Amino acid sequence: MSLLEIDNLSLNIGDQPILKDIDISVAPGEIMGLVGESGSGKSLTALTIMQLLPFGAHTTGRVTLGGIDILATDEERMCLLRGKEVGMVFQEPMTALNPLKTIGEQVAEGIRWHNRASRAEAEEQARIMLDRVGLPAEKFPLSRYPHELSGGQRQRVVIAIACALKPKLLIADEPTTALDVVLQVQILDLLRDLVTENRMGLLLISHDLAVVTEMTDRITILRRGEVLEAGKTAETLSRQRHPYTRQLAQASMHVPQRPVSPAQEKNHTPLLVVESLTRDYPGSRTAWLRHGEPLRAVDNVSFSMLAGQSTALVGRSGCGKSTLARMILALDRPSAGTIRFRDETITDKREHELKLARRGMQAVFQDPYGSFDPRQKVERLVTEPLHLLEKAPSRTERRNMAEDALAEVGLIPSDLDKYPHEFSGGQRQRLSIARAIITRPKLVVADEPVSALDVSIRAQILDLLADLNSRLGIAYLFITHDLTVARAITDDVMVMHAGRIVERGATKEILDHPQSEAAQALVAAAPDLHRALARKLQEQG
Amino acid sequence: MTLHASLLGDRSASLLRRALSNRSFVIGLVIAVAVAAVALISYVWTPYDVTRLVIADRTRPPSLAHWFGTDHFGRDILSMIMVGARNSIAVALVAVGIGMGIGVPLGCLAAARGGMLDEAVMRLNDLVFAFPALLSAIMITAVFGPGALNAIIAIGIFNIPVFARVARAGALSIWPREFILAARTAGKGKILITIEHILPNIATLLLVQGSIQFALGILAEAGLSYVGLGAQPPMPSWGRMLFDAQTRMTVAPWMAMFPGMAIAITVLGFNLLGDGLADILDPRSRRRQ
Amino acid sequence: MIAYPARRIAIAIVTLVLASIVVFTMLEIVPGDPARIMLGMNASAEQVAQLRHQMGLDAPLLLRYLHWTGGLLKLDFGQSYTYSVPVIDLVAERMAVSLPLALIALALSTIIAIPVGLYSASRRGGTGDTIAMGTAQLGVAVPNFWFALLLIYLFAVWLHWVPAGGFPGWDAGIGLALKSLALPALALALPQAAILARVARSALIEVLSEDYIRTARAKGIPRRAVLWRHALRNAMIPVLTIMGLQFAFLLAGTIIIENVFYLPGLGRLVFQAINQRDLIVVKSVVMLLVAIVIVVNLLVDLSYALVDPRLRGRP
Repeated sequence: MSLLEIDNLSLNIGDQPILKDIDISVAPGEIMGLVGESGSGKSLTALTIMQLLPFGAHTTGRVTLGGIDILATDEERMCLLRGKEVGMVFQEPMTALNPLKTIGEQVAEGIRWHNRASRAEAEEQARIMLDRVGLPAEKFPLSRYPHELSGGQRQRVVIAIACALKPKLLIADEPTTALDVVLQVQILDLLRDLVTENRMGLLLISHDLAVVTEMTDRITILRRGEVLEAGKTAETLSRQRHPYTRQLAQASMHVPQRPVSPAQEKNHTPLLVVESLTRDYPGSRTAWLRHGEPLRAVDNVSFSMLAGQSTALVGRSGCGKSTLARMILALDRPSAGTIRFRDETITDKREHELKLARRGMQAVFQDPYGSFDPRQKVERLVTEPLHLLEKAPSRTERRNMAEDALAEVGLIPSDLDKYPHEFSGGQRQRLSIARAIITRPKLVVADEPVSALDVSIRAQILDLLADLNSRLGIAYLFITHDLTVARAITDDVMVMHAGRIVERGATKEILDHPQSEAAQALVAAAPDLHRALARKLQEQG
Repeated sequence: MTLHASLLGDRSASLLRRALSNRSFVIGLVIAVAVAAVALISYVWTPYDVTRLVIADRTRPPSLAHWFGTDHFGRDILSMIMVGARNSIAVALVAVGIGMGIGVPLGCLAAARGGMLDEAVMRLNDLVFAFPALLSAIMITAVFGPGALNAIIAIGIFNIPVFARVARAGALSIWPREFILAARTAGKGKILITIEHILPNIATLLLVQGSIQFALGILAEAGLSYVGLGAQPPMPSWGRMLFDAQTRMTVAPWMAMFPGMAIAITVLGFNLLGDGLADILDPRSRRRQ
Repeated sequence: MIAYPARRIAIAIVTLVLASIVVFTMLEIVPGDPARIMLGMNASAEQVAQLRHQMGLDAPLLLRYLHWTGGLLKLDFGQSYTYSVPVIDLVAERMAVSLPLALIALALSTIIAIPVGLYSASRRGGTGDTIAMGTAQLGVAVPNFWFALLLIYLFAVWLHWVPAGGFPGWDAGIGLALKSLALPALALALPQAAILARVARSALIEVLSEDYIRTARAKGIPRRAVLWRHALRNAMIPVLTIMGLQFAFLLAGTIIIENVFYLPGLGRLVFQAINQRDLIVVKSVVMLLVAIVIVVNLLVDLSYALVDPRLRGRP
């Protein structure tokens, strides 16, 4: 008999339908993957099982957990189930813990509540649980507060809370999306071990097919609130019976066509030269007017890039790659070292002396929503870099340039009169690119430009970037933690670790034969659908 | 994220619909407009002349001739309330103007520059915050003697750090956004960015704070003129009218009733307006609906 | 991170010094010679000069400032120009009325506001919440001195429960003294309680939408318990901030309310002093009140560290 059985579940919030006739089941000890793009209703499915839906939600159908009909259970009895029979791990570890309570209190709280255990007993169990998730009491005493832990450590605490009472079902909603790839592997391993140890059922919600393939026994693919396909993981993903499944799988493995690798069309003058660049941040204050050890975010970094060359800068979160990018973009000043762009030293310039360099160097940012002023129209937003021209263009000239830029990224002139909120995430990233290329720059620094996008959109944006690279000869400095993206679009890779560049070489070479420890860890941890699927096929026959 | 952006960018038609379906906003707006209208009408017409003392008619209870009754000099209380509205509105408006005019640039500058300048502005804020409007008014009156201007200056000065804080906090939340980075890569300086991007994005915050400070200004002005630190007789003011009413509570309670209600309704109106505006313009409030 | 308390204390001291400079400069530029005021118009120029010397008024500005602040530290505020008694005596006598009044009002408003805020937040959108918040909205709008007049009319004039004004002094017995402070405290407290209840409610609602509240609920802790265990303490920070600010308003309010009830507090003292141009009293009272405001805000800042572990170092 199944542990969790969802039959014909429909969910409306207000009069808006969110889920339509969903069927999902999870057996004890089984890992079920729930896959879908943003807005598919994955998270609300989880919250339905927890009965923690937002106000105004209305459900029909049947959800049973260990034989108990959850939709018919009142709040009081539901409180007895939550934490005890079903636990949940959330996406954002930074905000999931109460900042004012110690981790010990937070793990012990559920134990005390459900088992009526004494404080000492509960704390003892909490200690064991925290030890189990990799936070031994010698190094992480129960009296630690959340702000004293890193993101990965906090997620371990959240897992400890969810598993403290060995629930029969664990729901994990994008548990690793906010973490870097190396932490992702650690957390996923932990979840898998806990499931095996306690014969828990796990409902793993993710947008990442590679992760789901690696982890799950069966998967359910959700789109716009409907189940499109469900079945054994290997079989479902290899047969790809439903066109959407195929589309998802292909988009996840997508590599853009790059007709001629422009780096080979030689242009030997270096475009960008970075020499022994260092950036220190003052340490946190330890006393009045006294600072702790300065934090070295970027440590003596040197490299150069050729025109038209597409280079990836990869590394774990916090390795200093974004700080480096900001210094190259002259948004931050280095503590030491120089940056030369097209033979012009930019590190000692004042803002008004940077116009020429800025014209040749633009940026695309990660967040397609945050990178536009919501109060301005697209025309104004896309033409903002024209501020850098020596002679201010006339109105019609601006309009023409904006139309050209939009055409380059596959948007139409009438889009210029819209506001950014009228566009989807992928379209906005196109706008972002249009803005970056309007001054015909030689270098575009792109900071995780596709990591906030769904896989199918991501594939399109990668195609666009590859196309612009070959047509306009724009060089990219591509900052990413995602090796699939690096492999897809770059010629060269630089691996950054603890502020230093520890390895550099041709993309394929490094990704296939990483030398440094940091690179090896990244490669080993990178989720790879091909590899995962091959392994799963072997397992599941 | 999606929500946030789409709400911030939400435009006229739906905004208006939301505004008109917000009860607080509508009631607040009606009261605010009514009070402003009364003050304006008082320039061209009042039921009676408030400068003429008619001793024969003194302390008359409300009647058809004098809807709100008369005071101890026989002046018509309705007329005095109408004229008093001018004073209240003028003081509150100018005080908000002072607070915004000085506080917003200071707050924006502190957020844009950071470092020592930010520290200096914040310390200055602390200093001014230590002087509630009443204490400033006491000092100013002690030095320059009583007058309506004292109230304006005292309340205005206290408004400066209020707006500086709101502007600074708002600006600090906008500065790290990626569209600001984009503007910087477009070579725009801090002042230009503040004008083009920061100010439009904190305007709604300032508007909400403005209506709250306006309401507080009305209250503070009434308090100051009540203790004699604000408008001076014969200029009618709501606070002063209450002072006059105090000793006559037993014989002429209406003298205290109506000016007090005028203050309370005006303050209520602007508070509701502020609440309503915050509800309409705050992206999070829609999520709650 | 011993830095936080040390930093707040340092900031408070700097603010105090700056405030004393402001008060001193403001009241130094006053036209009119205190010595002349004290001696009256008939005094000879010599007499005036002598008194000026006696009072130290002929010393250089900086020296006078240092003398004044030095005196403040020793609680020596100088001599009143009109009463010719030490200002500290006048102030101390009046403080015995004003400070208890402000404190009672603060306590009263907190006791009323926090439960109302909690109730409203936990039943958001319900009838109780609507009524409570409607009342609060009204309470915020009512000027406290008008409210005081209404209270007098109701309880003193009509019901004769309490005296309409005046203060018998603490010597007359605590009960009697408290009785005459009851209406003033109520008049001060209720409008403040309205503000505080609104802040408490919105702070709680804000906190209740945080992720960690969902984590707690996912543990199986019922809503009510989550409100007490997780939300309340997190919501304390904005509530404390407002309470600190409120104390400044309460002090100001006290000065006004004392006039309504004819209470012999600091407010009455300062208005008399303004009328009699007894500027040293004005200067002292203003400085004292400013100092109280600064110290209270410092206490609020320090109490954040008690609530929030992020602001305190590990022991």
